[in-house]
Amino acid sequence: MTSAPETTAPIGMIRTDTPAIGRSMPRAETRRLLAGRGRYVDDGAPRGCLHAAFLRSPFAHARFTIADTSTAAGLSGVVAVLTAADLAPVCRPWQCRSGAFPGLVSPVQRALADGRVAFQGEPVAMVVAESRARAEDALDLIAVDWEELPAVASLAAALSAEALTHPELADNVAWRTEFGSADFDAVFAGADFVVEERFAFERKTGVSLEPRGVLAEFDPAEGLLDVRISHQMPHQLQLHIAEQLDLPIGRVRVACGDVGGGFGIKMHVYPDELATCAAAKLLGRPVKFVADRIEALATDIHAREHQVDARMAVDGEGRILGFDIHDVQGLGAYSVFPRSSTTEAMSVLRAMGGPYRFEAYRARLECLLQNKSLTGQYRSVGHPIACAVTERLVDLAAARRGEDPLAFRRRNLLPVEAMPWTNPAGGRMFELSHHACLDAMIGLVDLDAKREEVRAGRAAGRLLGLGFASFVEFTATGSQAYGAAGVKVAAGDTVVASLEPSGSVRAQASASEIGQGVRQALAQVLADGVGLDPSNVRVETGDTRTAPHGGGAWASRGAAIAGEAAWRAGRRLRGEILAAVAALVQAKPADLDIRAGEVVEVATGTPRMTLADLADLVLFRSHELPAGVRPQFTVAEQYHRDDDPFLPTNGIQAAMVEIDRATGFVRLLGHWVVEDCGRIINPLLVDEQIRGGVVQGIGEALYEACRYDAAGQFTSGTLADYLVPMAGDLPEIAIGHVETPYSGSSVGAKGAGEAGTCGAPAAILNAVNDALAPHGASLAALPIKPVSVLRALGDLGAGEAP
Amino acid sequence: MKPARFRYLRPETLEEALAMLAEWGDDAAVLAGGQSLVPMLNLRMAQPAVLIDVNRIAGLDRIEIIGERLHVGARARHAEVLRSATVARAAPLLALALGNVAHEAVRNRGTFGGSLALADPAAEIPAVTVCLDGAILARSSTGERRIPAASFFEGVYTTALRPEELLVGVDFAPLGPDFRFCFREVSRRHGDFALAAIAFAGRIEAGRVGECRVVFAGVEESPRRLAAVEAALAGAAVSDEQAWRAAGDGLGAVLDPIEGAEYPAAYRLLLARNLLLETRRQLEEEAAR
Ligand SMILES: Cc1cc2nc3c(=O)[nH]c(=O)nc-3n(C[C@H](O)[C@H](O)[C@H](O)COP(=O)(O)OP(=O)(O)OC[C@H]3O[C@@H](n4cnc5c(N)ncnc54)[C@H](O)[C@@H]3O)c2cc1C
Repeated sequence: MTSAPETTAPIGMIRTDTPAIGRSMPRAETRRLLAGRGRYVDDGAPRGCLHAAFLRSPFAHARFTIADTSTAAGLSGVVAVLTAADLAPVCRPWQCRSGAFPGLVSPVQRALADGRVAFQGEPVAMVVAESRARAEDALDLIAVDWEELPAVASLAAALSAEALTHPELADNVAWRTEFGSADFDAVFAGADFVVEERFAFERKTGVSLEPRGVLAEFDPAEGLLDVRISHQMPHQLQLHIAEQLDLPIGRVRVACGDVGGGFGIKMHVYPDELATCAAAKLLGRPVKFVADRIEALATDIHAREHQVDARMAVDGEGRILGFDIHDVQGLGAYSVFPRSSTTEAMSVLRAMGGPYRFEAYRARLECLLQNKSLTGQYRSVGHPIACAVTERLVDLAAARRGEDPLAFRRRNLLPVEAMPWTNPAGGRMFELSHHACLDAMIGLVDLDAKREEVRAGRAAGRLLGLGFASFVEFTATGSQAYGAAGVKVAAGDTVVASLEPSGSVRAQASASEIGQGVRQALAQVLADGVGLDPSNVRVETGDTRTAPHGGGAWASRGAAIAGEAAWRAGRRLRGEILAAVAALVQAKPADLDIRAGEVVEVATGTPRMTLADLADLVLFRSHELPAGVRPQFTVAEQYHRDDDPFLPTNGIQAAMVEIDRATGFVRLLGHWVVEDCGRIINPLLVDEQIRGGVVQGIGEALYEACRYDAAGQFTSGTLADYLVPMAGDLPEIAIGHVETPYSGSSVGAKGAGEAGTCGAPAAILNAVNDALAPHGASLAALPIKPVSVLRALGDLGAGEAP
Repeated sequence: MKPARFRYLRPETLEEALAMLAEWGDDAAVLAGGQSLVPMLNLRMAQPAVLIDVNRIAGLDRIEIIGERLHVGARARHAEVLRSATVARAAPLLALALGNVAHEAVRNRGTFGGSLALADPAAEIPAVTVCLDGAILARSSTGERRIPAASFFEGVYTTALRPEELLVGVDFAPLGPDFRFCFREVSRRHGDFALAAIAFAGRIEAGRVGECRVVFAGVEESPRRLAAVEAALAGAAVSDEQAWRAAGDGLGAVLDPIEGAEYPAAYRLLLARNLLLETRRQLEEEAAR
């Protein structure tokens, strides 16, 4: 582990006294999950539970009338066949609106489509039956008259507006914007040279192991809707279920058990999930819906469909002067509710050029409606696109100057002394460690040896390449993003901690555990905050009935935001404990400390009282306490960051690839990451977050695509068509760290969950282009397909681009 | 993704199974390893009225030498064929191919006969069965047909098997000890179906190809021996790269590759050609050992 230049010690953090923070520990629930004791949505059902299946549109765009539901309803085992008209009285329509995107065009959406569908897979009717199989049987019996309408699928079709995604609109533009520096033209005019490229990115999706699933139960006596769901932010959803179903928020409980992966797909309002809640309310019986793999691939939010025309200006000394980017985003049939699909594109624009110093910027954006599934915030939202575009331009510029791409980067990376700095794209940069990461990466890769390997391999006729990608990932978003735009998304988190009998600590946190291990991280922070072993701290999350309202899991925020709340709660509980013990043993609180669950004298380490004895006394025999000693052994801390809308994090990735000229396949021979997420609470969890993120980035670079044909028919509906990278095809992913703690918090943690995904596609794209360069070929489209590689090399005739 | 309703029958004997097939014919589907059928049921692409599970029938999974010939029972699991010493001796090409079929978990259930009956264009087993001129044994309650592999595959997912017939096994006549075998495959990830694969069997005498057989998987709709390519290679030296290149260049006139948006016909043709050249290299390397 390499250290960043010394930073000031964060407030309240005793840097030598953190036995738990910084320790690699498996998650507390690992044993349970490995033993098959996970409790996912489909693992249980209450008595009398009904199962829902949806009739989904087979067309990308069509008008329809449901001619008959009576045959389906008459099938034995079927309890109800529901259409838009049935759900209308219990579930309001919704519409994406955001102050951040004034004039956003996104029509009203309903739990079940009413007379017109705008994407294939959109639910039009719902069968509730005694089993899922029976419900599916009944789907076949619903008679629908379809009138197909012209569909908008590709970006080109959307731009041309020959067909309209929604017939009532004038064109397919959901939103557009344009901004830039005042001196943009002058700066570009004065450039020594300008490199440019057109980039294309295909849609992909999250592919969580556990698909979306919901089990809703309505108790008419209490008027309470109880919702078990696989979701990243139960509190946000609670709010929307309450609003759409017209229930007081206190009459909606949303609870997440184990969540088998989120990646951003489980943070939106989905029609099928709301329809399930509405059906439960309507029928007064528990109703369960679990998306199958086709439903997941077709209707989980997609992401990353962009075409980017980008230019970068460079001066005579090889300094980056500025960027010019025109992004066209394929947004889908609606802007996703409540967070909006346009957010992804804005994230691209903000992250452009992130690691570098530059003067001028111009950005143009068109977000286009299409008759395709909705898009949304998938892991590392927008950043991988900005990173791939920026880093490819950087390599092009280095090549143009005949220069080592790392030398070009070293000159242009934003140095420590130039921060804090707000760049022309609007990104506020501070406490980043680009040069330290670059140096660490060179060591981690053993760069000279790898370059020699490439040279020797090429001499022997092999197509080898090395690629690099510096990156900035904005994490732990503050309320300036959604809150300021009037979108009800909590950016703060709360931790409630209590001293329990036996001296252990129990906490409720508003963060969400979705497999990333945040509960373990919070337990480690609380353990150090109070002064006991993490095994004696139990953190619970995910249930709106017990956890206070808060943000959940998004924007790599768990450690940075909930972690800070946990630290503060832990310190406060520690204060209560020390004050109580000081009064009991007639010492000064300052002379006491809590170590390994025991109150000791600071100076000598002499034990004065165990937390177990103290809890016993306070909880069961409080009448023995001296007058005036009334400790509060339940404390709460709410943490909202006031300044710094985002915590930027940084790093660099490297990839080594080989192209097989006989097939066009790209084989990844090695992948390296050095990143800086501030204080590392648990290195094991951070490293696995990075690795998992890199694997999703590898998928983005080489395998994954949600494809549609020209008529908007989805053609990637199974895992035989939608390829994810598999362990057997992956190289070792080596990871190194630089630690520059965030100085604005006590813990100093920033986000770590998305960095891997951010830089991996760019590093691989650059590596592939490095391998292609000696053959006069290059590529600028992701994923990199075997056929494209061979066409670029001239080994395969051009044809209709696949 | 739940199957439509079906009746489930589980015969204990071959006779019972054949009687059921005679009764249900087209309305029935045979359940062997279920690795292809069960997904098709779940997707409701297959909606048979009756499922006839042949997993209880004794003896249907035998792998043995009968007389001169290797017999592979229809229900022999991929994993068993892959590891069978008998297969390795009598028909090593089968084992070479099976290493490319799916992953361990699928190979533990998937069956030899199931793969033949399914007739996926990209499957390995049909191609090697054609390459080895296997005889496919189709039994019905009225008797048994021996169908030469060359006339068994009729197109994508279609075979010469009749609705009332059960595929019970395949017989392979031995090829001489001077035969060399080669199986090479291009698939996107480990265990994926082939984008293109080549099965080669050839007599190599004094560094020259004698009689030989060339079959591709994944390239055309059904596997078949390519007489023109076999003729072009006959007599060519293994070291004669030119001759093999010429044979490879001739593939364009011989093959009718599957067209697709992501993998156009020209790409599969290129893969086929490169696989042929790789086959030569492998033969050369093996000869040098
Ligand atoms: C993830 C995955 C990857 C795979 N990869 C590959 C691969 O790379 N290469 C490959 O070749 N295969 C692959 N397969 C398919 C696998 O090999 C199948 O098991 C095989 O093709 C069918 O065999 P089965 O025994 O499972 O047949 P089943 O699924 O039980 O049946 C398949 C069809 O054959 C019929 N049938 C089965 N047995 C008989 C019989 N004795 N008589 C008459 N009809 C019969 C059935 O009615 C059905 O129509 C893969 C499968 C999976 C799930």
